[in-house]
Amino acid sequence: MSLISPWRADFPGIQALAAEGQTYLDSAATAQKPQAMLDALLGYYAGGAANVHRAQHLPGERATRAFEATREKAARWLNAPDAQQIIFTRSATETFNLLAYGLEQSFQPGDEIVISALEHHANLLPWQQLALRRQLKLVVLPLDQHGLINLVQAAQLIGPRTRLLAVSQLSNVLGCWQPLDPLLALAKAQGALTVVDGTQGVVHGRQDMQALGCDFYICSSHKLYGPDGVGLLYGRPQALEQLAHWQFGGEMLLHTDYSNASFRNAPLGFEAGTPPIASVIALGSSLDYLSSLDANAVSAHEAALHAELITGLQQRQGLRLLGTPTVALASFVVDGVHHADIAHLLTEQGIAVRAGHHCAMPLLQGLGLSGAIRVSLGLYNDGGDLQRFFSALDQALELLQ
Amino acid sequence: MSLPVRAQTALQAFSACPGWEQRARLLMQWGDQLTPLSDAERCEANRVQGCESQVWLLAEHDGAHWQFRAGSDARLLRGLLALLLARVNDLPASELAQLDLPDWFTQLGLARHLSPSRSNGLQAVLTRMQHLLDANDQGAARH
Repeated sequence: MSLISPWRADFPGIQALAAEGQTYLDSAATAQKPQAMLDALLGYYAGGAANVHRAQHLPGERATRAFEATREKAARWLNAPDAQQIIFTRSATETFNLLAYGLEQSFQPGDEIVISALEHHANLLPWQQLALRRQLKLVVLPLDQHGLINLVQAAQLIGPRTRLLAVSQLSNVLGCWQPLDPLLALAKAQGALTVVDGTQGVVHGRQDMQALGCDFYICSSHKLYGPDGVGLLYGRPQALEQLAHWQFGGEMLLHTDYSNASFRNAPLGFEAGTPPIASVIALGSSLDYLSSLDANAVSAHEAALHAELITGLQQRQGLRLLGTPTVALASFVVDGVHHADIAHLLTEQGIAVRAGHHCAMPLLQGLGLSGAIRVSLGLYNDGGDLQRFFSALDQALELLQ
Repeated sequence: MSLPVRAQTALQAFSACPGWEQRARLLMQWGDQLTPLSDAERCEANRVQGCESQVWLLAEHDGAHWQFRAGSDARLLRGLLALLLARVNDLPASELAQLDLPDWFTQLGLARHLSPSRSNGLQAVLTRMQHLLDANDQGAARH
């Protein structure tokens, strides 16, 4: 029997795409949005927009309350002790840059920053460029054959010069949970700061900041069924105190004259300028919606879909999975067939999957590949989506092989 | 404006094309007819930047006409390249400068392959072709 998503009807985008003949299997790039989020976005604008944290008038107060309510909801979603530990940015990428600039003064030449071989460019380039600016060493943790960070080698590479560890919780290419607990323990034993890229991980199951124990956790709204234009940074209070201010302008200051200024603490000190007000407010509605779902039912549905995806892929001749994907997505190549050709023919048949290097060029190079096809799942996908994908894949391979 | 014979053949074949499968087969047939590039020609200098697939484009000018050659490691893209070359090769330089290449792909029913999405290589190839032409014009102006 085909898997049914009881939540599909809540997402007008997935239905509109389906009506257009498009099967959307690219949620790891960006997710479709629930009706509740669309209502909130329209409701904010249609009800009267206003800037936040500035005015005493009623529209401003209403916008500020709604904006700050999302901070509370995000804190609850992540089980952060205090909403003041959540900073809104404009994207996950901007958040990584915030950290790389905000922590720059904490590094001395020769210090080491440790990342892993599977990092998205957003968790590679800000550190790589920081290392170049400050004569630091960027250490890259290798992976094992399943696509997991190799803990034996990590134990050797994370050492007394390690000042910061920044690793992904769930790879956007390999689709497996990384062994964060032992990695974070290795870094903490050296007194290093720990940064977790939760961009993919936050979408699949509830993440608990207090249990995880990292210094910083980064994710973005648009993959979490929220609007785009919002990134989130969770920080432990002691970690947030180490951040230097990095963007300067409206509302992030306490006092200024023409020569000097003093600045607010986190979070507002790191939210210079008018923030993405409507998007933050609407993210609150996405979180309300997600909180209203039976988390176990969502996880079970996603696990069943993923199992069906993996089983189907493994049945195809000559198809090779990248790593051992266990959740959310799977990337693959087919022997003797160019990934761009598969992508071309899937597109012709209305299958929306991602092809290419997935913003992880060094990872693909390390695997000896120029690219791969990635199928990624959202809670609204169903067995019919997978059947259409497999039927299209078979047709494509029949033409190409 | 004159339509080269190869281009006329392409237009007839693709405009009569009933569906995506037939179109894909035709594209692959056209791609198979591209003269392969040598290993030396598949070099970084000839590489078209901005394509996720590897694409190489070479231009030669004999005074009156441009001759382009191209290759890719992706089969369907090779077909698109063959259709591009069928339209531009053997044209007088003056006509080439006037050519509306996006319109050519629209006529073939392949306009979607010129989408600004970065995974697609064809737009980058057209840009590179224009750069090669412009560089030649500037070179000629200096002499």
